[in-house]
Amino acid sequence: MKVLVAMSGGVDSSVAAACLVAQGHEVLGATLKLWGGSSDSGCCSVGDVDDARRVAQQLGIAHYVFDMTEAFERSVVGPYVAAHAAAKTPNPCIECNRHIKFDRLLERSDRLGFDALATGHHARVLRGTGGRPHELRRGADPDKDQSYVLSMLGQHQLARVLLPIGGLTKAAVRARAAELGLRTAAKPDSQDVCFIRSDVGRASFLGERVELHRASVVDASGTEELGAVDALELVTVGQRRGFARAPDGRRRYVKSVDPVGRTVTVGTAEEVATLAVALDPGSITWTHLPLDDGAAVVAQLSAHGRPTAARLIGGADGPVLRFGAPVRPVAPGQTVALYDPADPDVVVGSGIAA
Amino acid sequence: MAPFGSEIFANASGAHAGARAARRAVEESREVVASLLGARPSDIVFTSGGTEADHLAVLGTLAAAARHGGPIAAACSRVEHAAVLEPLRAAARGLAAVHGVGTLRVEEVAVSAEGVIDLDALGEALGEDTVLVSVMRANNEVGTLQPLDAVARVVRSRAPRAVLHTDAVQAAAYVDLATSTAGCDLVSISAHKLGGPKGAGALVVREPCRIAPVLHGGGQEHERRSGTHDVAGIVGLATALGAAAKTRDDECARVGALRDRLADTLLASVPDTAQSAPRDAVLPSHCHLRFSGVDQEELLVMLDRGGVYASAGSSCASGAIEPSHVLLAMGVDPREARSAVRFTLGHTTTVEEIDLAAGVVAEAVGGLRS
Repeated sequence: MKVLVAMSGGVDSSVAAACLVAQGHEVLGATLKLWGGSSDSGCCSVGDVDDARRVAQQLGIAHYVFDMTEAFERSVVGPYVAAHAAAKTPNPCIECNRHIKFDRLLERSDRLGFDALATGHHARVLRGTGGRPHELRRGADPDKDQSYVLSMLGQHQLARVLLPIGGLTKAAVRARAAELGLRTAAKPDSQDVCFIRSDVGRASFLGERVELHRASVVDASGTEELGAVDALELVTVGQRRGFARAPDGRRRYVKSVDPVGRTVTVGTAEEVATLAVALDPGSITWTHLPLDDGAAVVAQLSAHGRPTAARLIGGADGPVLRFGAPVRPVAPGQTVALYDPADPDVVVGSGIAA
Repeated sequence: MAPFGSEIFANASGAHAGARAARRAVEESREVVASLLGARPSDIVFTSGGTEADHLAVLGTLAAAARHGGPIAAACSRVEHAAVLEPLRAAARGLAAVHGVGTLRVEEVAVSAEGVIDLDALGEALGEDTVLVSVMRANNEVGTLQPLDAVARVVRSRAPRAVLHTDAVQAAAYVDLATSTAGCDLVSISAHKLGGPKGAGALVVREPCRIAPVLHGGGQEHERRSGTHDVAGIVGLATALGAAAKTRDDECARVGALRDRLADTLLASVPDTAQSAPRDAVLPSHCHLRFSGVDQEELLVMLDRGGVYASAGSSCASGAIEPSHVLLAMGVDPREARSAVRFTLGHTTTVEEIDLAAGVVAEAVGGLRS
């Protein structure tokens, strides 16, 4: 097969490319320039591009850099900033996967005549045969599984996507890279948001782009005013840090953020826990077919959250996930990945908390 | 070049027989380069390439002018190479303070749709405080030749203090610089554009023009450029420049005909194709085309796979293709600029290669459009 592999300059995509070469595919590597500003690896992530290019040299494959900064600004950075302004907590990696890697890059891969697009995600695609659907499954390494950030992929994409390292543990990936002498073998995993430099931080990044508003902090059990925060746009539902304990010494968490009334409501773990998470109806995706109303699912509420049994109920305002026992609140804007209770490694769909 | 990495390994600045042999090669090369560029041997400053030559021209001139005090200004065309534009912009931001350059106004002068500098706009941009004007001999991307004689007349009448620099890096193989840059004080060239080694270049500093050094140290090159001579590179530069001069007339005709063949074939066979500048206004080596609706990044991948090595605009540090500032300055719509590809021909290009390339390009564009 002719395969285009997206190489970020990290160890996972380096080894993904190596696996494809070893399998005998005709492989071409591409690194996306997504952010024109400064990043932790230099302007335009030059250091990462150099690493990807060197790995491609060692593997004997051609390597290109594709400039997708405009699309990234439009589809990822802009919405990220806007969501924060609306007191939501978006997941930019998922939006990048949705709009850039598995949309624009996949289209490009098609136009250039490739049979498949590969990435270094820790998840697995099981190609359906004989009319059976293609399956998206959790990666083999439970600590590194990234099926959550791919949960919005549908059949259209899965048909053309390869995830070569999904069957390997992270340790095995690093061992393979070291064995091949790749300079990315011991490179630390990427952290946080790629377009925000760690020495700048989210608060400064957003502070330069949106107006930050002071908000009063009130107690969930009543309307007792507990103090104030400087920027409600930087507060996340479920957050604990920065809020005083309750009088009985129990920790307090953010239950909700009201950008209009400029209020942050906090409470103890019991007070903020919820039995239901409403999903934005326009955000629902299905890996194959839509689930029936009331279907049992296993919901994962964050990138490394614990899978939790739930039912997906259609509501007047959109679908709602109902849990048998209270769960921690989910910040609006966060993606919820849905798995099959009969085979909880299999992704069935995704949605974004309303 | 080879002996200067082995038998004649000595430092050309030394005081022994080995050093004298190396120095002799440097000075013979200096004479060759000077005569081919219409300059005196003492006018030649060897550098590590075009970028350093441009930096020495820009920063060296600004630093020398700054010694006299008072506000200074510089002007260049909007289509200059980044090696001229960026040091000028950096200096305007105050980054040349280390060279003594204080407040600096930089005027980037408009060009026509063909990429030719607007002489009226140039005249208006110049004044008593203008100390440097930089206008390239030929553009590296689209190949447009600049009317340097006319530029020189405007500069001499409007900016009597100004030093006139031309970046002749792209033009050197196909244009006789001895005559066509005679009116310029500073001229940059680079060996690699002449088929010589990468990492060797020169700046002509024509008497009585004075520049301040940018690199300080051992005082080589008459205190204008410190650093041990790259003897092999210097010999390579002189040899390449000599070879280009010897075959220039024939090569201009031969390469120009091949370029016309490529352009004519593609303009006829590929719909919605436009050439960025008229052929009589550009270097014979340049074929710069736009294929409407096609993304240059995708086309370059297809061409590479088909064995055609082309380029698009210039690359940023990461290797990504940036929107061409040259095309934007020529008034090309940014979207349209993303469809441009530059085919550069050279002394090794054959008619068979041209016909093969034309076929590969036509097929690739057709494939990407379908």
